[in-house]
Amino acid sequence: MQPVLEFHDLTLGYDRHPAVHHLDGVVEAGSLTAVVGPNGSGKSTLMKGIVGMLRPLGGRIVRDGIRATDIAYLPQISEIDRSFPASVFDLVSLGLWSKRGMLGRFSHADRHAIGHALEAVGLAGFQARGIETLSGGQLQRALFARVLLQDARVILLDEPFNAIDTRTVHDLIGVIRRWHGESRTVLAVLHDLELVREHFPRTLLLSRRPVAWGETGETLGAENLMKARQMNMLADHHAPWCEEAA
Amino acid sequence: MNPVDLIVGPFVDFEFMRRALVGTSILSLSACPVGVFLMLRRMSLSGDAMAHGILPGAAVGFLVSGLKLLPMTFGGLVAGLAVALFSGAVSRSTVQKEDASLAAFYLISLALGVMLVSLRGSSIDLMHILFGTVLALDNQALYLIGGIAVVTIVALAIMWRALVAECMDPIFLRSVSRAGPFVHFTFLVLVVLNLVGGFEALGTLLAVGLMMLPAAAARFWTHRLQPMCALAIAIGLVSNLIGLLVSYHLSVASGPSIILTAGAIYGLSLALAPRGLIVSHIATRHRAA
Repeated sequence: MQPVLEFHDLTLGYDRHPAVHHLDGVVEAGSLTAVVGPNGSGKSTLMKGIVGMLRPLGGRIVRDGIRATDIAYLPQISEIDRSFPASVFDLVSLGLWSKRGMLGRFSHADRHAIGHALEAVGLAGFQARGIETLSGGQLQRALFARVLLQDARVILLDEPFNAIDTRTVHDLIGVIRRWHGESRTVLAVLHDLELVREHFPRTLLLSRRPVAWGETGETLGAENLMKARQMNMLADHHAPWCEEAA
Repeated sequence: MNPVDLIVGPFVDFEFMRRALVGTSILSLSACPVGVFLMLRRMSLSGDAMAHGILPGAAVGFLVSGLKLLPMTFGGLVAGLAVALFSGAVSRSTVQKEDASLAAFYLISLALGVMLVSLRGSSIDLMHILFGTVLALDNQALYLIGGIAVVTIVALAIMWRALVAECMDPIFLRSVSRAGPFVHFTFLVLVVLNLVGGFEALGTLLAVGLMMLPAAAARFWTHRLQPMCALAIAIGLVSNLIGLLVSYHLSVASGPSIILTAGAIYGLSLALAPRGLIVSHIATRHRAA
């Protein structure tokens, strides 16, 4: 299998405190990977690093033959201002940014594509609805429609199923499986280990440092999970400078 | 006297009334939509701080060249931008929350500005700078307001999609474009430009009123962005007209009269609009779906 993303001794963080510490590994093209770990273990930070929103504190990320527009990123739902007076169309059409940019007009075909994407996530006919009238589940569906429109080879989902009902989770897992079937590479930050075991072939268990990365059943063994929890307790704001050889 | 004379008469008879109406109307076309975005970005307080920040800059212009439009405008522009950038930087890089740093900046700016003006001017000069002279807009002031309106409307039209994205989902915008910080900065420039444009007419303290009050009132009536901007402009225009007429017929100060009219429309909207206080309290019926 061909790699699309390579992490070489990658350290990412804020204010010189590492949130992801010395991560090595490869994401293979077409793989479907869950990223799990305790709160504050660097999962969202890793996503931001891959999109290029955070410059590594150390090490590097290699993007193999993919451009920035080949990566679609779904931020946590809490990052969105749901009271903003925009329509579902306004929100979802942002998925066409790489094609239309700031000024390009939406063509007839674009409007069709937006309609199809909404249909695919179970929101047919929702174009004119205000985003403030959507439930959490409906908003997450709309955000998946935006990712559909981005038509990207690499898809990053940050906690897509937080506070979402089971019906919506089921439908959106269907969308993720469809992406997997189309040989897109998907990385999803998740908390529900049952869901991960059922649907995600590969898992990265992160607790600032990588605990394990590989086939899901193996990675999520009891011993690894215990280790992840213990490592997370050791975070220290007054830690000495890291001297580990790069 | 018939009602038409009451409304049209002052503008037919007096050129200064016509100039006041034209100036504030053009100002409303650009300042009101800017106010809508400022409100939606939860930066209403920043607008206030920038308005105060203009004062010491305008005061330096006044010290150098007296009550002249261009030096005072230029000084205000520089000082307003400095406050906008500096308060953003302080809240990003220190423990101080933005509201506290904004309050600090505008108190310092106000005191400094008043002190600078009093070094040379009288208390009448001070009143002009703080509250404006809407009844004394000369050609230069009208051209300035017109130019700022054109720049603002063109910039808003170009940036619209990016500005909406930057307000609604800034993290996503950062993932697809580097435009975010540029859009934010350009928007701050537009805010300062419109405050400076309003400064000659309404003074440093009241200019922000024509920006924020119509926007805040429009929010109660609609939950769509374009209608909200259009309604804010309409409320601004009506406030100018009624405010000027009230000030003419009752012989009261015209700038405050305009802002109080906008304030009254805000109060009515707060009480009566479909998204206002009364309806949301007495609405007992609900829809079937």
